[in-house]
Amino acid sequence: MTTDRRSLLKGFAAAAATMTVVSTPAAARERKKAPSDAVGLLYDATKCVGCKACVVKCKEINALQADRRADKLYDAPEGLNEYTKNVIQLARDGGEESYVKKQCMHCVDPACVGACMLGALQKGQFGIVKYDVERCVGCRYCQMACPFNVPKFEWTSRAPKIIKCELCKERLAEGKQPGCTEVCPRKAVIFGKYDELLAEAHQRLSAEPQKYVPKVYGEHDLGGTQVLYLSHIPFESLGFRFSGERAVPDVQQTVQHGIYKGFAGPVALYALLGAVMFRNRKKGADE
Amino acid sequence: MRTQARPMGGPLLTRSYVVLLGLAALAFIIIVWRFAAGLGPTTALSDGYPWGVWIAFDVVTGTALACGGYAMALLVYIFNKGKYHPLVRPAILTSALGYSIAGLSVMIDIGRPWNAWKLPIQVWKWNVNSALLEVALCIMAYCVVLYLELVPALLEKYKGEKTTIGRIADRVLPLFDKALIFIVAFGILLPTMHQSSLGSLMMLTGPKLHPLWFSPLLPLLFLVGCVMMGFAIVVFEATFSAKAFGHKPETPMLRNLAKLSAWFSALFVIIRVVDLGVRGSLGYAFTLDTYGVMFWIETLLFLAPLLILYTKTKHYSLGNIFRQAMLLAFAGALYRFDTYLVAFNPGPGYHYFPAVPELLVTIGLVAGEIAIYIFVVKKFPIVGGELPAHA
Amino acid sequence: MSASRYVTDFTIAAGLERAGVSRRNFLTFCGKLMVAAPVGLAITNHLSPEAVAADIGKARRPSVIWFHMQDCTGCTETLLRTSQPDLADLILNIISLDYHETVMAPSGKDAELALQEAMAQNDGKFVCVVEGSIPTKDNGQYLYLAGKPGLQVLHEVTSRSAAVIAIGSCASWGGVPSSGPNPTGATGAVSLVKNKPVVNLPGCPPNPYVLLATVLEYARTGKVPALDDEHRPKFAYDRTIHEHCPRRAHFDAGRFAKAFGDDGHRSGWCLYQLGCKGPVTHAACSTRHFAEVVDAWPIGIGAPCVGCTEEKIAFKVPIFDTADIPKPLPPAAYPSVFGEHKGISPVATGVAGLVGGALASAGLIASRKLNDEEPKE
Repeated sequence: MTTDRRSLLKGFAAAAATMTVVSTPAAARERKKAPSDAVGLLYDATKCVGCKACVVKCKEINALQADRRADKLYDAPEGLNEYTKNVIQLARDGGEESYVKKQCMHCVDPACVGACMLGALQKGQFGIVKYDVERCVGCRYCQMACPFNVPKFEWTSRAPKIIKCELCKERLAEGKQPGCTEVCPRKAVIFGKYDELLAEAHQRLSAEPQKYVPKVYGEHDLGGTQVLYLSHIPFESLGFRFSGERAVPDVQQTVQHGIYKGFAGPVALYALLGAVMFRNRKKGADE
Repeated sequence: MRTQARPMGGPLLTRSYVVLLGLAALAFIIIVWRFAAGLGPTTALSDGYPWGVWIAFDVVTGTALACGGYAMALLVYIFNKGKYHPLVRPAILTSALGYSIAGLSVMIDIGRPWNAWKLPIQVWKWNVNSALLEVALCIMAYCVVLYLELVPALLEKYKGEKTTIGRIADRVLPLFDKALIFIVAFGILLPTMHQSSLGSLMMLTGPKLHPLWFSPLLPLLFLVGCVMMGFAIVVFEATFSAKAFGHKPETPMLRNLAKLSAWFSALFVIIRVVDLGVRGSLGYAFTLDTYGVMFWIETLLFLAPLLILYTKTKHYSLGNIFRQAMLLAFAGALYRFDTYLVAFNPGPGYHYFPAVPELLVTIGLVAGEIAIYIFVVKKFPIVGGELPAHA
Repeated sequence: MSASRYVTDFTIAAGLERAGVSRRNFLTFCGKLMVAAPVGLAITNHLSPEAVAADIGKARRPSVIWFHMQDCTGCTETLLRTSQPDLADLILNIISLDYHETVMAPSGKDAELALQEAMAQNDGKFVCVVEGSIPTKDNGQYLYLAGKPGLQVLHEVTSRSAAVIAIGSCASWGGVPSSGPNPTGATGAVSLVKNKPVVNLPGCPPNPYVLLATVLEYARTGKVPALDDEHRPKFAYDRTIHEHCPRRAHFDAGRFAKAFGDDGHRSGWCLYQLGCKGPVTHAACSTRHFAEVVDAWPIGIGAPCVGCTEEKIAFKVPIFDTADIPKPLPPAAYPSVFGEHKGISPVATGVAGLVGGALASAGLIASRKLNDEEPKE
C-alpha cells in the first residue's frame, strides 16, 4: 500500500496546488447600496393600532382569497402564507405588547434574488423585488434563502407560484401609493423615497428617544432593507431573528466566484484532467 | 488471464425482485397523486421547511452515494490504477441510475416542472450567481456523460453480431474509445463542480444554518465527503454484486478502496474541526442540544472505521470492510441530511419530518433503481471482470 | 314635598312601603342596578334582584343635596329620563333628594330655606352631588347662587357633607366650560374639595344608574366604591369602550365605515376611521345604554364616540380625528409573531424508524455472514 499511499499524497498535493492557483481569494464582494430610485416603507410600530385595514386592502388589491383555516369562519391568517402577502401580528416582550406588520422587506441585497436560477425573483424598478412566474420552476430555493421567511408557496395548487408582496408595483406605475400605506388610518406605515424615509425615521428617533428602541431596523441589517421599522420593544420580539450587517448572499457568492472565476476554474481543471489522462494513456497503467 | 465482464444471467423475476417492483409501483402511484393534488396534501413540506427528504436524501445524499463512478474514474484514469478497472463499469451503472433517480426526484419535487426545459435552453435568463443553477445544469450534463460512459458497456454485448445493433456497435465502439479522455474528463470535472456546489447551496441560508454546519468551506467538505462515499459505495455494491451473482469478490482491491475511503474520512474530520476552530465555532460542539449531539454522532461515525481498521490489523476481513463502507456511507449521508434539514432552522413554530407518502416515494424510487440495476447487470456485461491471476 | 322627607331614620324598605311603591317596580330597579354595576359593588354582589332588594332595603335612605354649577342640566335630564320605574314614584323614595333646583317644588327664598334645613337635619351625613363645573377665576364671580359665588357655596356645603359625587364631565374635570381658552377658569370639583371623599362620574351625560348605584353603595356600606386614580369608580370606568364594543369584531377584521352613509356605515362596521375615540375612552356606555332604549348610545346609532368622559380627549381632540391608541388591546385570538405550524406525523416517524432499523440490521447480518464465509488467512 505504500506506493498507493504515496500516490494518494501526491494526488492531494496536486489537487491542493491546483485549487490554490485557481481559487486565489477574490476581493470581498462589494457591499450593495439601495438604487438611486429606491422607494420603501417606514413602519412605526408605536403608531399601529392593529386594525388590519392594510391586510384587508392588500387582499383586495391582489385578489387573494380568504384564509379560513383557523376557525372556518373568518379570514384570519396566522402569518404570511399562500393567501396572505401582508399581515399584522401581535408581539410581546415581557409585559409589553406591540403590533408588527410583516411583508417582503425588499432587501438591498436579497438572498432570494441570489438564489433564483432563472431570475424569476429580481430587483427591478425602484428597487422592488419582483416575481416573474414564467421564469419560476418552483424549486423553492428562495424560501430556503430568505432570512425573513417571506416567500410563500402555493402548496395546494397544481400550478403553484411564489406569493409575496411586490410593493404594489402596478399601482406605483399609475402614480398611486401601495395599498397598505393608502388605507392606514394612523399613518403607521408610510410610503416614500428610501432616503427620505430613512431620514424621517432618524428624525423620529431623535425627537422622541424615550418612545423607541434606538435603532432603525433595516438600515444596515442583512445588507439593508428598503422596508424600515421603528419599535418600542426589541426587534427580536417582533420576530426579526437576525441583525448582522453582512448581506446574506455575501459568503456564498464570494466563495463560489472565488473558486470558479467565471468559467476559468472549470476550464483550467478540465485541461489539467485531460492532460493527466493523456499522459497516463501513453505511459500505460501503473499496475 | 483477465476475465471479461459478462451478463450475469439468471431468472429476473425472483421473489425479492417482485417486491422491489411492487415498491416502485407504489411510488409511481403516489407520484401521480402528488401531481394531481399538489405538494401540500402529499408531503410534510411547509413554508418553513420547503426542502424535505426528496431533496435532502434523493438528490443531495443520493447523488453522493452515486459518486462511485466519480471516485473510480479519479482512481483509474487520474491516478492511473488500472487494476481497479473491473470495478469501474458497475460503478458507472450505479452512478447513472443514482443520478437519474436524483433527477427524477427533482422533477417531482419542484412545483413547476414544465418550466424545467428553460434551464439549459434559455441561457439569457441565467442568474450566474445562483449555486442551484450550477447544480442543476451540471447534474443534467453529468447524466448525459454517465450514459455516454455506459453506452460502451451496453453495446459491447452486441459486438460482432450480424444484427443492426451489432453493426452499430462495431462502428460506434471505436469512436467511444477515442473519445474516452474527453468524456471521462467531463465525468470528473462535472461532479467536482456540482458536488461542491451542493455544499455551497446551503451557504446562502447562512443565518438560518447552525454554526457547526455553516462554513465557507462547505464546498470542500461536500467534495471530500462525496469522494469518501463514492469509494464506500463501490465497496458496498461490489460485495453485494459478488454475493448476489455468485462471483468472487475482489477483496484485495476492496480493501484498498476501504482504506482510501478511510483516508478521506479522516481528512474530512480534520478540515471540519480546524475550520470550526479557526472561526471560533468549536464551542457549539460542547453544547448539550440537538446540534451538539448530532455533530458528535456525525464525527464519531466518520472516525469509527479508522478505529476498526487501524487498531487491529487482523480485521481487514471482507465483512469488516463491508461494515466500514456502510458506516462511512451513513456518516456522509447523515452529514448531508444534517446540513440540509437538521442544522437548518427556519424559526420557531416550524417542524418537519417526512410524511408517509414522501417516504414511500423515496423508498420506491430506490427500489426501482435497484431493480433496474439488477436487470442491467443480468442482461449486459457490467460485472464479473476479475484481477489477473498474478496481481 | 311633604315634611316627612326630612325624617330619615327609617330604612329604604320601610320608606318604599310607606310610599306604596309596588315591589315589582322596586325589583325592576334593582335589576337595573345589577346591569349598571355587574361587578365591583357590594350592593350588587348578589345573584338575583330579590337579593339586591333585600340588601338595599336595609340601608337608611340617604339624603342627597344636589347642586347645579356651570352646567347644562344634562346630567339631571339623564336621571329624569328613567321611566321604569318612574322617577317621582321610586327614586325619590329610595334616595331623599332634599335639594334639587330643577325638580324641587320650592323656589326663591323657600328654596334657600329648604337647603339650610336639609343641611341641618343631616349634618355630616348627606351626599352632595355636584353637577357642572365651578368657575374659579376672579374669585369665582362668574357663577352666583343665591347671591354667593358658587365657589363659596361649594365650600360651605361640601364641608358639611359626608361624601361628594361629581356627576358629569363638567363637575369631574371641567367639561365644556373648561375647553378652549377657558375664560372663567372652570374646574372640576375634585380639585376644590378637600378632606372629603370625592367620586367622579364623568360622561356627557353619564349613565344615571351608575349614579344611583354609587349613592346606594355609600348608603349601604358607608364607603364609596373602589376608585381609580382619576377618582372614577372602577366598576363603571375601568374599561374602555373599545374593550366592550359590539363592533369590535369589525375593528379586528379591518372593516371600517369610511363615510357616513356608505355601505360600511350601513352595515354597522367599525367607526374608528370616522374618529371614534372608543379605544381611549373609559366609560360604561357600550354595555349600559341610555334612555332605557337598547342601542341608544352613540356608536349604537352610528355616531363615533367623542370620548366625553376623558379630560384629554373630549372637547380637545377633534371629533373626526382618529385616536392614537397607546396600548394595543388585542383580542385573545390575535395571531402571534411566533405561531405554530404543521406538526410531525407519528406514523411517518414509525415507518422511517422501521426502514432504518431494517437496513441497519440487514447490513449488520450481511457483514457478519461475509466474515463467517471468508476463508481464514
